[in-house]
Amino acid sequence: MNETLQDTVTRICSSFSGDRSRLMDVVQAVHDECGHVPRPAMEMIAQELGISRVEVESLISFYSFYTDQPQGQVVIRLCNDIVDRMSGMDRVAQAFSAELGIGFGQTTPDGTISLMYTPCIGMSDQGPAALINDVVVTNLSSDSAREIVQELKLHLDPTRLIKHLGDGNNAHELIQAMVNNNIRLKGDMLFSVINRGEALNKALNISPMEVIRAVKTARLRGRGGAGFPAGMKWEYTRAAKGDKKYVMCNADEGEPGTFKDRVLLTELPDRVFAGMTIAGYAIGAEEGILYLRQEYAYLKEFLENVLQKRRGDGLLGQNVMGKEGFNFNIRIQMGAGAYVCGEETALISSCEGLRGDPKNRPPFPAQKGYLGYPTIVNNVETLCCVTKILELGPASFNEQGTERSAGTKLLSISGDCKLPGIYEVPLGIELSEVLKMAGAEDAIAVQVGGASGQMVAPEDFNRHICFDDLSTGGSIMVFGAQRNILEIVHTFMDFFVEESCGYCTPCRVGNQLLRQRLELIMEGKGEPADLENLEELCQTVKTCSRCGLGQTSPNPILSTLKHFRPVYEAMVQEEKDGFQPAFDLRESLAVSERIIGRQSVHVHS
Amino acid sequence: MAKPKIATAALSGCFGCHMSLLDIDERILQLFELVDFDKSPIDDIKEFTGPVDVGIIEGGCCNEENVENLRKFRQYCKVLVSIGDCATTGGVPSLRNMVPLEECLREAYFDGPSVYNPSGEMPSDEALPLLLDKVYPCHEIVKIDYHLPGCPPPADTLWEALVALLSDKPVELPYSLIKYD
Ligand SMILES: Cc1cc2nc3c(=O)[nH]c(=O)nc-3n(C[C@H](O)[C@H](O)[C@H](O)COP(=O)(O)O)c2cc1C
Ligand code: SF4
Ligand code: SF4
Ligand code: FES
Repeated sequence: MNETLQDTVTRICSSFSGDRSRLMDVVQAVHDECGHVPRPAMEMIAQELGISRVEVESLISFYSFYTDQPQGQVVIRLCNDIVDRMSGMDRVAQAFSAELGIGFGQTTPDGTISLMYTPCIGMSDQGPAALINDVVVTNLSSDSAREIVQELKLHLDPTRLIKHLGDGNNAHELIQAMVNNNIRLKGDMLFSVINRGEALNKALNISPMEVIRAVKTARLRGRGGAGFPAGMKWEYTRAAKGDKKYVMCNADEGEPGTFKDRVLLTELPDRVFAGMTIAGYAIGAEEGILYLRQEYAYLKEFLENVLQKRRGDGLLGQNVMGKEGFNFNIRIQMGAGAYVCGEETALISSCEGLRGDPKNRPPFPAQKGYLGYPTIVNNVETLCCVTKILELGPASFNEQGTERSAGTKLLSISGDCKLPGIYEVPLGIELSEVLKMAGAEDAIAVQVGGASGQMVAPEDFNRHICFDDLSTGGSIMVFGAQRNILEIVHTFMDFFVEESCGYCTPCRVGNQLLRQRLELIMEGKGEPADLENLEELCQTVKTCSRCGLGQTSPNPILSTLKHFRPVYEAMVQEEKDGFQPAFDLRESLAVSERIIGRQSVHVHS
Repeated sequence: MAKPKIATAALSGCFGCHMSLLDIDERILQLFELVDFDKSPIDDIKEFTGPVDVGIIEGGCCNEENVENLRKFRQYCKVLVSIGDCATTGGVPSLRNMVPLEECLREAYFDGPSVYNPSGEMPSDEALPLLLDKVYPCHEIVKIDYHLPGCPPPADTLWEALVALLSDKPVELPYSLIKYD
């Protein structure tokens, strides 16, 4: 290739019409072509898009999939989240490391392969799992890790590592992944047979207000975790003033232990897109964006193709399905490895070509969202539900579930259970029933709602999965008797410390402090008062943080302090002299003693 | 009934907090009526004469002597109060925590632009306490019962807190006394 870096950047920028809001795509494209974003390219990108260099650099430094340092042509990202740790990640990590002769965070001396860790990649039902560039490898063992490295050394082509294909669309020619759907329980709502186009057709035959009314009558609440009534959100957005409006589908699925959107996107992409189109019609939008996490890049070509077909079939584009004046199109925006981008305002920032920092609310996205226009953000599953509501009527939806939690919910169950995978259950179901289905009767603890959710103890297994009791975006992680509760909580804190966007102090510093104090207790250096202290700090972080990340990150500590108190109490002891056990005078003087060349008179006398 | 006893110490601080304590003006006379001072720079008593009701600590811990001193206060005092930002957070002295100790000492004794040190020695006399690896706030060394922030905390804040402690009342300071912006 004779193209200079400048030519490359210019070509890429102009393919996005020099649009500043497409900075994510520009950076991604430069990254794809150069393997990283060379520092001189930052200045060039800034020039081409008419922004300052620091905006480019800041964005690159924010997302974990971007780097300004040369890295291997092949990058291995091993998931180090809790479920994968429990299924033998350590051995896999050692095998990768030994076979490559490098540590994590390093690149082989010949510059071909890099090795690093990454949080949950949405494969918790088939871990240990890793991303090798875009290619997902699952059910890893130390043997398979070694084989992978040996093969990569020969051809450096991750796609050739796939020896057998997964079930369903995972075997589709545009996906070709070894991922399995692991659909264990098909409910009649989401996984029923669909008639492509029917829901949309029915929606277009009634007025937008009637569509919204149907969604409200169905009592559909958001499936992404927060449970906000979907119809109300649409109504606000429709009523908001704006020349344009936008529909966003949140496929960031970053909550550890959640992988149901992965399966929906693989098996029911038409329904996701139909849901977006119906939403567009309802609120008066002409554009939709599917925000797809980079970890699911292996689905991108397939999804683009589905979109293409829908355009060809008149389900997208001008006058959708012949409906005069209703134009709607959808583009896919790739994320780049940031949990916080699942938060709706951060997701909007990211789509605007900014760092994935959450925005202040109000104004809410319904008033001022993407590029300042009224915007709805809905989860993949929520939009799937919409199609069913339109197709079969609201009553068919809310005949299942409870009064305040209507319909069914997809659960992604992983951890110490015989049958990890996807279960479609009516909301309101008892946790114990779910555990029985998954073969997890002997669980000693269950984390409901992902890292930001809560740890449930056996005496509470009769509680109900719904928005008003045990709320979850889908993640259910099961822990058996052999597990250490504090270590699990510590892993969650590692996750939050890493994923905090850093904007506000309570979350940036608070999570570090929470982890530090937890560590003291785990090291046996704590005392009973430290538990109260920990609890207080949790409350401070929850109350003072700006977005949902910091408002929920103390949940694992808080819920275990409440339901697993004896575990903490066994680790602390009352100090009688009032000295802090965590402070070691001898240790803190070691540096001085070495530099000054004499021993302390206090410690040694 | 014997008067309650108080003791005070300035560890790694600037004595500003003690100055603020003196800043209670004529109330100092009232204070002396209320309490007896034990170990304190105010009366220059160097060693504890016995158990003390309230101990007041200015400054954090930057060296081994501070630690010894603070631990002694913990042993002798029923209630221990950290006053000022140095004691409660490490304060200005803890700015050095951002630089490794070795670099700090090199800058101070060898490399600094105004250093005159022809013998090229690092001071090592036993009379000089060894520095800790970093500066610690007091509550990281011993248990502290009350924290009064401020640089320094205003005289009225100190006064109100002391009076409450000495009369066994809960320390409930009005917002105006603990507000610093
Ligand atoms: C830190 C954080 C991460 C989130 N991640 C996701 C996510 O991956 N997917 C999702 O749908 N919602 C996520 N949410 C919730 C979204 O902010 C938002 O509530 C949701 O997308 C709205 O859609 P719904 O009403 O259809 O659930 C996250 C929230 C926070 C605070
Ligand atoms: S709470 Fe955390 S993630 Fe959210 S804005 Fe503050 S620092 Fe960022
Ligand atoms: S808190 Fe302020 S006044 Fe008190 S010792 Fe420290 S620097 Fe001096
Ligand atoms: S993929 Fe590893 S925990 Fe989810």
